[in-house]
Amino acid sequence: MIAVVRFPGSLDHDSAIRAVQAVGGQATYAWHADTELPAGTRAVVLPGGFSYGDHLRPGAIASRSPIMAPVRRHADAGGLVLGICNGFQVLCEAGLLPGVLRTNQSTSFVCRQVELEVVDRHTPFTRELGGSLSIPIKNHDGAWFGDPATTRIVLSYGAENPLGAVASAAGVANAAGNVLGLMPHPEEATDPLLGSTDGLGLFAALVRA
Amino acid sequence: MSAPLHRQLGLSDEEFAAIPGLIGRPPTDPELVMFSLMWSEHCSYKHSRSLLRRFPTTGPHVLQGPGENAGAVDVGDGWAIALKVESHNHPSAVEPFEGAATGVGGIVRDILALGARPIALLDSLRFGTLDSPRSRHLFTRAVAGIGHYGNCIGVPTVGGEVVFDDRYEDSCLVNAMCVGLVPADGMLRAAAFGEGNLLVLIGNRTGRDGIGGASVLASAELSADDDSKRPSVQVSDPFTERKLIDCCLELAGGGLLLALQDLGAAGLTSAASEMAAKGGVGLEIDLDRVHLREEGMAAAEILVSESQERMLGLVDPANLDAVLAMCARWELDANVIGTVTGTGNFTARHHGEIVVDIPASALTDDAPSYAVPRDPAPAPVALDLDAVPVPGDLANAWLALLGRPNIASKRWIYQQYDHLVGANTVRRPGGDAAVIRIPGMSRALAVTTDCAERHCELDPRGGGRASVFEAARNIACTGGLPYAASDCLNFANPEKGSTGWRLAEAIEGMSEALEAISVPVVSGNVSLYNESPERAIYPTPVIGMVGLLEDAAASVGHAYGAEGDLVVLLGGGLPRLDASEWLGTASGSPARPDLGREAALVSAMVTAARRGVVTSAHDVSDGGIAVTLAESALAGGIGCTVTLPGGRRADEVLFGESGERIVVTCRPEALAALRESAGDVPVAVIGAVGGDTVEVSVDGMSVRLELERARDVYETTLTKAIA
Repeated sequence: MIAVVRFPGSLDHDSAIRAVQAVGGQATYAWHADTELPAGTRAVVLPGGFSYGDHLRPGAIASRSPIMAPVRRHADAGGLVLGICNGFQVLCEAGLLPGVLRTNQSTSFVCRQVELEVVDRHTPFTRELGGSLSIPIKNHDGAWFGDPATTRIVLSYGAENPLGAVASAAGVANAAGNVLGLMPHPEEATDPLLGSTDGLGLFAALVRA
Repeated sequence: MSAPLHRQLGLSDEEFAAIPGLIGRPPTDPELVMFSLMWSEHCSYKHSRSLLRRFPTTGPHVLQGPGENAGAVDVGDGWAIALKVESHNHPSAVEPFEGAATGVGGIVRDILALGARPIALLDSLRFGTLDSPRSRHLFTRAVAGIGHYGNCIGVPTVGGEVVFDDRYEDSCLVNAMCVGLVPADGMLRAAAFGEGNLLVLIGNRTGRDGIGGASVLASAELSADDDSKRPSVQVSDPFTERKLIDCCLELAGGGLLLALQDLGAAGLTSAASEMAAKGGVGLEIDLDRVHLREEGMAAAEILVSESQERMLGLVDPANLDAVLAMCARWELDANVIGTVTGTGNFTARHHGEIVVDIPASALTDDAPSYAVPRDPAPAPVALDLDAVPVPGDLANAWLALLGRPNIASKRWIYQQYDHLVGANTVRRPGGDAAVIRIPGMSRALAVTTDCAERHCELDPRGGGRASVFEAARNIACTGGLPYAASDCLNFANPEKGSTGWRLAEAIEGMSEALEAISVPVVSGNVSLYNESPERAIYPTPVIGMVGLLEDAAASVGHAYGAEGDLVVLLGGGLPRLDASEWLGTASGSPARPDLGREAALVSAMVTAARRGVVTSAHDVSDGGIAVTLAESALAGGIGCTVTLPGGRRADEVLFGESGERIVVTCRPEALAALRESAGDVPVAVIGAVGGDTVEVSVDGMSVRLELERARDVYETTLTKAIA
């Protein structure tokens, strides 16, 4: 079972559940105010959205909500945690991933397709992925800022770097590789009708866990 | 301030004099404020109501026509689509970010009031030209406001249009459209019923923001002292709106609501009086139970506050605990503020005293209705082509046209909107219409907004038709069958000049065209008084249209596909420069669209798309066929070589507009099937796809556009214009 955490203001939880189902997995919601993950949780998704309306800082309030205690225990025990967009911001605010997400270089929201390079293939998420992925970004505060020398950068925007991230980082993992955050939205690339199926591989990795 | 209160509130002396006859005594001050708002143009449509009856509003698939918060049509498999367009013009002119943002919030709650999940947003925008600093400010801030709100509530903004013209310098237009999805048998309505049932106010606290918005802003001309109206603009809170969407949908899905109504213009007054009048019941409201943002608010202020993100639900007392628990789970304030009574009266208590006690129908059904003067505008003067110089270098003229803000790519706008959220966007912004798959179904919706405002200025009947057919062609180009429409009639002051005649004529033209393609209007909105002492807007009757695709996977885009595809012109429209973007002004005498031929073209396009015989389709509109060909080439990254029928001036052939034309491409072997699909509609093979230029020959003369150069102009114009 994959648990998709739902905060007030989460937006992409339904899409994440459909993405898990598209690769043959089962998914259910975890409520932000709960103190345990659903029984049988094998992996966790923190979906995109504007949890708590981005009040204070994106992800800041959600990172301190009750559900994050069991998410942290799950991660500490080696379980997979995937944070997408706002989920990535929550993981950084929670200290489960290094760095922070700053406002985009353009200072405005950016919604468009991007080409990602998989630059670290040694995480449970990326082992089976192809070399490049076509997946959309859609965010206002998506420029990763941190120390590239000490961070596992897993996904890169390559030369284009549309948001102005340090080291063109699109997705970063913790040292163990079991917690991954990325700004692009793999749940929006799960069907030929949507223009790409390159996002399915990340959800397949969760289902394999 | 010596003027009597009713005049300060915008009521005429005659309107004021009529009130005692309706309620049997002079009104209290709170009652007078309520009348002033409910009888404003924005709430009562007093200058347009009689004209709006002309619209076709029925059809076998119509589940809800005009009169509710939004209209709805059946799309099969037990599902219905709710749709509505609404204006937020005057607030956006005063404070563009919050005005545009709350415009989005309001239209979303109209859809939510039916118990529908909002699944798509569109925005129809008009501003002055971008060389005006004021218009640049209004435009960029309105786009930011729309993006901020739509992005944060998780409803994709998938389409719309924008036109820049000096006529909108003083009165910008910000119209928002929302489409929602609701189980056909679970649709909610606003009518209150059942004595003893409870009114539960859910959402934001009520403050002093937006007080008098409907009468002050939406129903009078704007003038130089606009700054003093700023407190009338509401403040947006999209986070609360998102929780309101989640909460209300869970309440509706659980069968916990008997009726639902959003609080928009005139706030609680409008919401409650409409619920009561529609249900033929009375309501008793205790203003002390309304959760307030600030202390010391007067009864009238609570009654008419336009604080955003509030919904009014009707709840069976047996379900009250469950409703309040759900609201608490979503961290939303919710209070029982009143009950349904059998009196027919809208009664309000404040600090224990009855401050309002009037028949609810006096506010709604008894609102005045005025016939507008119908003085015809002078007939348009035929265009003197000899006075229009033929451009010396047609290739440069073509490039310059692609670089006009009205033609150039709108990527700068839609890239700031989340047009994907929900993972249902099959055709993204930038084409003729956006295509959204209906979650859980193989069907999809095509959605667009359109208006032919220059044509409407010259001939409102013809322009009304042109607006509808433009929308229908855009829908048909994606493979969608035009299915339902909503309108937003943006006009100048109807009490002056020929505006009333233009309004009536535009409605007539739109209705004729809608009847020709069997599309009902199920909802709509009117915005009048869009003028300043210096200038009035063009008549701008925006049409929002939804089309139905049986198979989401069979939708058609506007990008050229493969080398060797044939370029084919469908339809018999003759290119003319009258009212064209090339002229850039409302001049000439544009041809009135032919109802039968336009409808046949739409039908042929839908048939061809459904049979899978076309590889792309793009309708000929602003900028003429030269722009159509260039846009398809740019989108596909491949050029074409085309020969166009001549016998007219080359600038007419290239840049002339007229409607009734669609450019499609098909594989050579599919041509026979395309001709068969087209029936009696003219089909002309004009060229083939290939190469890295768009080359057009007219009467032996050839004009060539290099794609890379064109792309640079087309893609960077808007960014440069606002820098």
